[in-house]
Amino acid sequence: METKFTFSDLLFENKRRKPQEFAEIAKELRRDIIKSLAMAKSGHTGGPLGLSDIFSVLFFGDVLRYKADDPKWDKRDKFVLSGGHLCPVLYSCLARAGYFPIEELSTLRKYGTRLQGHPGLDTELPGIETAAGSLGQGISIAAGMAMTHKLLDKTDQRVFSLTGDGELQEGSVWETAMSAAQYKLDNLCWIVDDNDCQIDGRVKDVMNIKPLDKKFEAFGFNVIECDGHDIDDIINAFDKFIANHESGSGKPTVIIAKTFMGRGVSFMEDLHTWHGNPPSFEQAEKALEELK
Amino acid sequence: MKKIEVSGKKPTRHGFGEGLVELGDKHDNVVVLGGDITGSVMTSYFKEKYPDRFFSIGIAEANATTIATGMALSGKIPFFSSYSAFAAFRNTDQLRISVCYNNANVKIGGGHSGITVGPDGATHQALEELSLLRAMPNMTLIVPCDFSETKKATIAVGEMYGPAYIRFGRSAVPMITNDDSPFEIGKANVLNEGDDIALVACGLLVYPALQAAEQLEKNHGIKARVINNHTIKPIDVETITKAAAECGCIVTAEEHQVYGGLGAAVAETVVKNAPVPMEFVGIKDTFGSSGEPEELQEIFGLNWQGIYASALKALDRKKPGNIAV
Ligand SMILES: Cc1ncc(C[n+]2csc(CCOP(=O)(O)OP(=O)(O)O)c2C)c(N)n1
Repeated sequence: METKFTFSDLLFENKRRKPQEFAEIAKELRRDIIKSLAMAKSGHTGGPLGLSDIFSVLFFGDVLRYKADDPKWDKRDKFVLSGGHLCPVLYSCLARAGYFPIEELSTLRKYGTRLQGHPGLDTELPGIETAAGSLGQGISIAAGMAMTHKLLDKTDQRVFSLTGDGELQEGSVWETAMSAAQYKLDNLCWIVDDNDCQIDGRVKDVMNIKPLDKKFEAFGFNVIECDGHDIDDIINAFDKFIANHESGSGKPTVIIAKTFMGRGVSFMEDLHTWHGNPPSFEQAEKALEELK
Repeated sequence: MKKIEVSGKKPTRHGFGEGLVELGDKHDNVVVLGGDITGSVMTSYFKEKYPDRFFSIGIAEANATTIATGMALSGKIPFFSSYSAFAAFRNTDQLRISVCYNNANVKIGGGHSGITVGPDGATHQALEELSLLRAMPNMTLIVPCDFSETKKATIAVGEMYGPAYIRFGRSAVPMITNDDSPFEIGKANVLNEGDDIALVACGLLVYPALQAAEQLEKNHGIKARVINNHTIKPIDVETITKAAAECGCIVTAEEHQVYGGLGAAVAETVVKNAPVPMEFVGIKDTFGSSGEPEELQEIFGLNWQGIYASALKALDRKKPGNIAV
């Protein structure tokens, strides 16, 4: 069956909002994710769905400072997606912020698209700061950007970066944690998607990474824990990071966000089997019914 | 030439998974390390049958490679497998010093290799492992052409001593060998006799090389020798030299960069022993891209048409007086 969906033409401003508005935005992001993946017929569904609430606040809640019509604005905050496979949620945010036409979401993963299966700079998609796909590298790139802004160029630009929890099994991630503390990168906001799912199953069974709060504390971080599906809690977490940066604490921030893979679609929730699969056309219709 | 016999399609990674189980049945010192994607590279079969000899290391390819080294230096035969993009690159230093310099008995299964991993895009399309690993002393490098050959290669590397890397793919490919087909590490197989041109291929491109030979004969009466060069290192100097001397021109074909892989290994042999014109089918110094496997094969010329076109060029250059073209 030919899988065809149309996307709404809603663009979202980046401003402070009421929690309910973020919930509506997150729903739109989830619909985009379901549609674009069903049309791509491959890709990662579970992680992006679980991140939609956090991304709605990060991109549309006056947290990340950017200008969609000036992607290279030299005062912008950076967002570096470290887990490149999670890109469908980022693509949706960029489209709905106005970086590129929303219809382009229907080209995900197809030959010739700017929306590659994992982001690259080669296709020049506006809003993408770096290639990503080899887990663990993005967070280190983010630290390099944060060092540049804080120590070399001395600007107040902030760098946000997201890693999965399975991704924290890469040893280089902890090298980055050391560097971030050493260089007092209080302009770095590291978000961990703590969904306890990776490809082979539960993170604790594949290779345990807990306790995360104590690990990051020991590394010298400002540790913030939040419910990654509670809008107030998410806003509060970002506010704490911003306050930490503005106070000049010298501590990098990590937000450990408890999320559920596949959140928003009942038959996907908390199932690691949805890490790397797209919905079929029928499953997508069912999911969209739930996301009305 | 005789008709190419194809008995369906199957992914080579399944051959790796089945080969590991058979090795495990025969040798109780074979152990397997997982890098989270065990269901993709099919080490899940071994995990199920021999849970006590399977160790999940998580997403930590460098660590898995050195843990494997420790086990190898303690008398075990460890296999570690992940996507090629990470099983050859995230652990390159570990492979060079801990594995190869120690000549440790570590085996790496590089899965989902090449552009045929498809929509995942450039980051996941490993196209450089052969160049990288061929330069490492003690390393054996194998790129089997189909399911059955991957299974045999897996068992063979388990039963030889020393570092080895087997490269296989995600998508289903035509099965052109069977249980009775010969397989010996370092010994290329001539699949079709001919002495106008030699088509030397590995992996996914062996079948298209046969198809190209068929077309060359049909359209031009050209007899192409088709060589399944599954072992990239050590290269089969005798078979390659003989092919160069008897055919007078060569086309190599690989799902890999032309810098440093099969083509380079063959060229080094040919230039030293029997210089003849050569053409190279492979990726020409670019990254891959998202797309469907067959679509990408067509775009990058990694199909029979690409081999056929290169063969006509090589044949033209072979004509007296044209050698420098
Ligand atoms: C270095 C590296 N190794 C392996 C992979 C293959 N891979 C892609 S996603 C993934 C699991 C990631 O788990 P997690 O970070 O928890 O993300 P989630 O499952 O929540 O999406 C793996 C192993 C990769 N992309 N990079």
